[in-house]
Amino acid sequence: MSTNGHDDTRLNGHGLTLAYDQRVISRDLGVSIPDNSFTVIVGPNACGKSTLLRALSRTLKPADGEVHLDGKAIGSYPAKEVARRLGLLPQSSVAPDGIGVADLVSRGRYPHQGFLRQWSAEDEAVVTDAMEATGVTDLADRSVDELSGGQRQRVWLAMVLAQQTPLLLLDEPTTYLDIAHQMDVLDLCADLHHNRGHTLVAVLHDLNHAARYATHLVVMKDGAIVAQGAPEDVVTAGLVEEVFGLPVRVVPDPETKTPMIVPVDRRPQRA
Amino acid sequence: MSDTLSKRPGPARSHAPHGTVPVRPLRGRLSFLARPRTLAVVLVLVLVSAFTLALSVSVGDYEVPLSAVPAAIFGYGEHLDVFFVQDTRLPRALTALGVGAALGVAGAVFQSLSRNALGSPDIIGFTSGAATGAVAAILAFGAGRLGVSLGAIAGGLITAAVVYLLAMKNGVQGYRLVLVGIGISAMLSSVRDYLMTRAELTDALGAQIWMIGSLNGRGWAEVAAVWIAFVLLGGVLFAYARRLRFMELGDDTARGLGVNTRSTQIVAFAAASALTGAAIAVAGPIGFVALAAPQLARRLTRSGGTTLVGAAAMGATLLVVADLVALRALAPTQLPVGVVTAVIGGTYLIWLLYTEWRGGRA
Repeated sequence: MSTNGHDDTRLNGHGLTLAYDQRVISRDLGVSIPDNSFTVIVGPNACGKSTLLRALSRTLKPADGEVHLDGKAIGSYPAKEVARRLGLLPQSSVAPDGIGVADLVSRGRYPHQGFLRQWSAEDEAVVTDAMEATGVTDLADRSVDELSGGQRQRVWLAMVLAQQTPLLLLDEPTTYLDIAHQMDVLDLCADLHHNRGHTLVAVLHDLNHAARYATHLVVMKDGAIVAQGAPEDVVTAGLVEEVFGLPVRVVPDPETKTPMIVPVDRRPQRA
Repeated sequence: MSDTLSKRPGPARSHAPHGTVPVRPLRGRLSFLARPRTLAVVLVLVLVSAFTLALSVSVGDYEVPLSAVPAAIFGYGEHLDVFFVQDTRLPRALTALGVGAALGVAGAVFQSLSRNALGSPDIIGFTSGAATGAVAAILAFGAGRLGVSLGAIAGGLITAAVVYLLAMKNGVQGYRLVLVGIGISAMLSSVRDYLMTRAELTDALGAQIWMIGSLNGRGWAEVAAVWIAFVLLGGVLFAYARRLRFMELGDDTARGLGVNTRSTQIVAFAAASALTGAAIAVAGPIGFVALAAPQLARRLTRSGGTTLVGAAAMGATLLVVADLVALRALAPTQLPVGVVTAVIGGTYLIWLLYTEWRGGRA
């Protein structure tokens, strides 16, 4: 990956300093999201992975450096124009009380709408399609409050999908879900990547999930990127120990052959 | 997933959101999403408030027959009818409508921005700030009605600015707005109490009555003031209505969808604060309308989010009904309307919350 200005990926950032008020999270960070990849950002808690995602989605303005989207500084686009190229599912989404599923999904059309064009036939077709793709069509007339966590996350994904953006950025989409719904959401992400051609960037907590689903892995520690590349090349026992401070063995996932980490047995020895 | 995918591109049922009807004039070059239920609710509220307005213009020590009211409004009919209708009762009722609509819209905007049903100007301190400004004007400067209004507006806006700045950190957080507002309210109320203890008895009594909120003796000047404020500031807020609905999804989500959250926040906050200030300047700090009207409207329209038009219509209806009750409940004694709104609005809100809790929602 180049660190100069000649980066031709659709989404990249170089020389980024990311900070909340005075608290600096990352300094001189450079990252490129390979086009058509399913990029997953991993790292320990508070390593700055969500902060990086926020900067890539222009939710956080870098204190220094610039994120580029399709060759131009992301800050130079009108807000709606960014939202037509890049969809974001943040951690902190709130569904207003009593809002219906189709109503929430239809909110994703906002960047394509205007004062005189508030609900075109195209809007309706895209929303219908987004609900099909995420398997929430049958829930369309239900209220979001009534749904389970997994269903709700599918609805939010449908909303972002209705934005029809080539790039999708997802901040910890599997948090608070049980294992079955986590896999469900990740399968859906893989489907969006593989069958619908979206470039995905997701922050994930679980390294094994990341190694299984990512085509490109970005590993962060203390605000810096310590490794990136294909999971097979990146996930090694040495790296995991360095980044997470956890001794592990890396074995091939019996299902997918992707690297899988198994923590070293540290239980007290029984006689 | 694969089974839903394999179904595409089959004949999918098209999905406009539940309870909406697409309207696409000019062969789809324009497109809107109508909400029949919201339209019906607003229509009913307009009819109810119009009827109540006619009724409150008609009744009193001097009775104007309902049938004579429409003519008298436009200056025709018996001399005394016209006098009572045009010079005293109509301006009062129109003030009630305007103040109610203004409070309803402002309350809805604050609730959207704070994502909190408690984020109304009553709770987050503006009402308290305006009241303190007005009381200071009465007690410290012996101000007349205009001075009191200016004091209320100044107090309200200063408080709004202070609350906004204190609650702001990477954008305004809803709960922080409510908590800061409650703190500021408490401080302001102690300032008022202090001013009261220093005041002459008659001044203190006047200030106390003003603080309940009243429409007694309001004339055409007040009608003009509140309706001009409503048209200008309400106009700005209606233009921001769509963006405000997105603010309810959370700052990051709204921004992800292409909403300029910062400018929306500042413009809506300023306009809603000024509108609240105008309403309070005209009628005193009438409680509960701003808190209850948006919530009631939302539940009646089942719109899944705030509706500004619904909140305006509900606020106007609430206040005009409350004013009729204030006029007639203990006639010939007139109650301040603030007493009635507190009873009506508060009771209805508690009942609503109670039924929702019982129903397992909210």
